[in-house]
Amino acid sequence: MVEEAHPTSTAEVADVLRDATSRGLTVVARGRGTKQGWGMPPTSVDLVVDLSGLDRVLDHQAGDLIVDTQAGALLSEVQDVVGKERQRLVLEETVPGTTVGGALATNTSGPQRMLFGTARDLLIGVTVVRADGVVAKAGGRVVKNVAGYDLGKLMIGSYGTLAVITEAVFRLHPLPDLERWVVTPVDDPGRAHDLAQAVVHSQAVPWAVEVDLPASGPGTLGVLLGGRSEGVADRAETVRRLLGDAAEVTDTTPPGWAAHPAGPVLLKLTFALSGLRDVLATARDAGVHVRGSAGAGVVHAAADDAGALDALRAVCARHGGSVVVVDAPPDVKQAVDVWGPVPALDLMRRVKDQFDPDHRLAPGRFVGGI
Amino acid sequence: MPGMPGVDAVSQRARELIPPEGVITDVARLRTYECDGLSHYRVVPALVVIPEDAAQLAGVVRACAEHGVPFVARGSGTGLSGGALPHAEGVLVVTSKMRTITAVRPGDQRAVVEPGVINLDVTRAATPHGYYYAPDPSSQQICSIGGNVAENSGGAHCLKYGFTTNHVLGADFVSPQGEVVQLGGIAPDTPGYDLLGAVVGSEGTLGIVTSATVRLVRLPEEVRTILVGFASTDQAGAAVSAIIAAGIVPAAIEMMDALAIEAAEAAVHCNYPDGAGAVLVIELDGAAVEVAAEYDEVERLCNDNGAFEQRLATDPVDRALIWKGRKSAFAAVGRISPDYIVQDGVIPRTALPEVLKAIAELSGSSGVRVANVFHAGDGNLHPLVLFDESKDGEAEAAEEVSGAILDLCIEHGGSITGEHGVGMDKARYMPRMYDEADLDTMQLVRCAFDPDGISNPGKVFPTPRLCGEVPGRHRGAHPLQEAGLAEVF
Repeated sequence: MVEEAHPTSTAEVADVLRDATSRGLTVVARGRGTKQGWGMPPTSVDLVVDLSGLDRVLDHQAGDLIVDTQAGALLSEVQDVVGKERQRLVLEETVPGTTVGGALATNTSGPQRMLFGTARDLLIGVTVVRADGVVAKAGGRVVKNVAGYDLGKLMIGSYGTLAVITEAVFRLHPLPDLERWVVTPVDDPGRAHDLAQAVVHSQAVPWAVEVDLPASGPGTLGVLLGGRSEGVADRAETVRRLLGDAAEVTDTTPPGWAAHPAGPVLLKLTFALSGLRDVLATARDAGVHVRGSAGAGVVHAAADDAGALDALRAVCARHGGSVVVVDAPPDVKQAVDVWGPVPALDLMRRVKDQFDPDHRLAPGRFVGGI
Repeated sequence: MPGMPGVDAVSQRARELIPPEGVITDVARLRTYECDGLSHYRVVPALVVIPEDAAQLAGVVRACAEHGVPFVARGSGTGLSGGALPHAEGVLVVTSKMRTITAVRPGDQRAVVEPGVINLDVTRAATPHGYYYAPDPSSQQICSIGGNVAENSGGAHCLKYGFTTNHVLGADFVSPQGEVVQLGGIAPDTPGYDLLGAVVGSEGTLGIVTSATVRLVRLPEEVRTILVGFASTDQAGAAVSAIIAAGIVPAAIEMMDALAIEAAEAAVHCNYPDGAGAVLVIELDGAAVEVAAEYDEVERLCNDNGAFEQRLATDPVDRALIWKGRKSAFAAVGRISPDYIVQDGVIPRTALPEVLKAIAELSGSSGVRVANVFHAGDGNLHPLVLFDESKDGEAEAAEEVSGAILDLCIEHGGSITGEHGVGMDKARYMPRMYDEADLDTMQLVRCAFDPDGISNPGKVFPTPRLCGEVPGRHRGAHPLQEAGLAEVF
């Protein structure tokens, strides 16, 4: 029997977790449930804390370029609020319907991470409720702040195993006056690599360099440029020249942009930039669809099964990276090592033991059985 | 070391690991390490070791762990919060001999460097490839990457490019228990907790980084630096707000007030506009056409807000001249006052006019002069509080004004430190910014990394928690179901 709690404030989440502590319940936090299948299935769930009631964008200070929001708010709602002042949170929605807390807990990122970074570069303050119900905050409401440990970074990508995030403060960026994509067809990994490198090392300030290479047949390389109108047009022309005759400049978002490739098994691949060629070649040999940031060294692969996992892990490891099985049917997850090799695991276990000594928060969902 | 058997044991172990000149026990030589850049705190360490590589360093830390001896890491010793202040019964681990730039990989936009490498040398190594290392603290000609990592150092250009934490992607790390582990790496998003994110900026309290993998940023096509004179800080502040509101993110926007300008003129003859009540140094960088368009708008917005003089520098020599006045400002204050406190607080940018007025009132009512230098774009204030140690009561009055400025920052929702760190200097202010539960939670991280509390003890936190303690448990059923917060299904 799984209980559900529907708190609407940080204080109520604290009440819920104190009660769960006294009863020794295992707890899983949930936003809108769009990524509940990610990671390993928890070994035990007595209580689901549904955070969709903490859905308010609390404060947008346009002059300071910050927004303070509850964790259950939809990312799209945050964009709507800050967009009214021509600002944006550069945390792209890669899974439709994602909440702020869900994006933080799973550390999702989109094409523009290449220039603007990921959640760790945008989150400036966080409020969490610990497993024992204690409310704690770190950081604050100013971008520049080195007082105390940066607990926000520990929470990002921790899959709800350290504490429940209830509130977050982010730095914002101005909305661009203009956006342009420059897209060219690519059919082989070597060509995609060479073009991506040419753009990455140019001075055109690309906001994103995305590769989309299906299991077979031609794919695309797409470059996003944004900013002031005069500059964007000029930079787009520079990039078009770099990409060659087949490249086209468009004001329309290319198909599949910022979305994960679709398939029953979703893998996240990371690698040093110079490894792109080898990673794409291995993926193509294995017949998996790859899409993601050629400019940041993070792509997602979609496959029918986990058959390519070992080969992809080997090539990513050779280029300093890793492969995580993000989403897959339960039988696939049980059969493979979802997280792969993780350095510093002992230290991670000690962090977990301090924050959640009884291992009641999403037990078993994270690396090394954490 | 009479009465310090632990230190003796570490010293002996260090001699087995490190060449003799790297193990210092002579009191006169120990004394040269008694302080960092915050020189009014002084403690002579019991032992100084200067390892040449990661293995030697890790060996010393393991010996410290074995014997329960505290250790403090030190890079170039330029820190301004006493973060590298030695421990009287501990070991000072100096990284100044670990100065190898292990790899420059422009194709991967990364460099791998040892902790003693000087910040500016990373940029020097990357520039021939068209790249640079973005975080640029004013001390970048002498400060070390290891120190930058410990302090999460900022600099004038972090408004656009972020701080050290945004540019360090990986590290080889020695935990206080002597484990050698890899955190992060050359590729992004290493699976597991972002321990590196906790280590960067932890001021040496979680362990020592022996190698850092840093991001290299492509050199911009064009850089324009503008020096703008205003009659008052109010006008200059309004110009800053207007620029940000226009959606422009300059690489840097720095402000200096009249007293800071006076000091800089006296020290480096930077030839700032005559009679200015405030100057802004604004830097725009990026693609040439974009920078040109931004420049036109910035020029207009400054004029709209009362600028009486604007100077544009496009070549490196002119740019350096403009920056010279700003980057030498702290030291320059020595020309107009025998002693001074460099304060480091942060406020939301929009509170700037109000806080500057309050600082002026504090200065007026106390008779303590305050020169203001700050990173105006991100609200990071560096008030320089002037005093004369030789005059009765002046030091205390200055200390009081300095503390009151931090209270102003907290009141306005800001921070007690934007880039200099908490260190020894501000540990006592931490409870004003964070409550007991916040600090207790940060201590959980400390206990995971350093259960014995031997890594830079006494810094950052006013009262460290004993790691054996179990956090308070709340017993008894809670009437959640009655409150409608929980349901059973």
